Amino acid sequence: MDRIPILKFGYSLLVTIQVDMHDQLAMTLQDDLTSRLVKERARGVLIDISALEIVDSFMGRVLNNIAAMAKILDAVTVVVGMRPAVAITLVELGLDLPGVKTALNVERGMDLIRASVEDLSAADDDAE
Amino acid sequence: MTTLSERLAIRAPEDIVRVRQIVRTKAAAAGLSIVDQTKIITAASEIARNTLDYGGGGEVEVEGVADQSRVGVRLTFRDQGPGIADVEQALRDDYTTGGGLGLGLGGAKRLCSEFRIDSKPGVGTTVVLARWK
Repeated sequence: MDRIPILKFGYSLLVTIQVDMHDQLAMTLQDDLTSRLVKERARGVLIDISALEIVDSFMGRVLNNIAAMAKILDAVTVVVGMRPAVAITLVELGLDLPGVKTALNVERGMDLIRASVEDLSAADDDAE
Repeated sequence: MTTLSERLAIRAPEDIVRVRQIVRTKAAAAGLSIVDQTKIITAASEIARNTLDYGGGGEVEVEGVADQSRVGVRLTFRDQGPGIADVEQALRDDYTTGGGLGLGLGGAKRLCSEFRIDSKPGVGTTVVLARWK
């Protein structure tokens, strides 16, 4: 069966969506990411959607679900590379991505994950 | 003038991907901007999923339209499913019966230049979408 590859980079998981995903592929990605998060004890998920020509409400729900599950598993989700036309369309569609952080590109996305993980560890140190 | 139309059956989730591809090709050929292409492809994806999930499958006709008054694409989705009892209600943003976000119909309508639903309970639903340049 088709699968979207998930790469591990430091304490993050990286996913680059290169194809127009059918619904089952998106659901498989959601499940795979959740199990890999636990297995790798990852702290961040970075999803590159720069190749995606559209994000519809189904894909939006998948991104929201991934972010929600990652949050429960103590990881932050950053979506990077959204095309301007996709952003405009999402707003008109009325789709909100509440738990999903966004960044313009992979580099800024990784910075965001690093900052959020360091913030959390600093807070832990303060608590001790 | 309407250029040759293409028909596509919507029977499985993979068909939604095919609908998006055909709409993209037609919208680009009609000369729609990237933003307008993205809007009509997204709307098509929403309605194709409704046709499959609520209409029990159906078909779509994709036409490139170019006459004196307008240039763009028109999509006609047809199913012989249970139909929509209350179209006004179905168009509301928070309304869903399928566990989705409830943005499908209302959201798709906002992305189109023209949007029409014709639905009869027990007979089926026809949704016409168009995006003009």
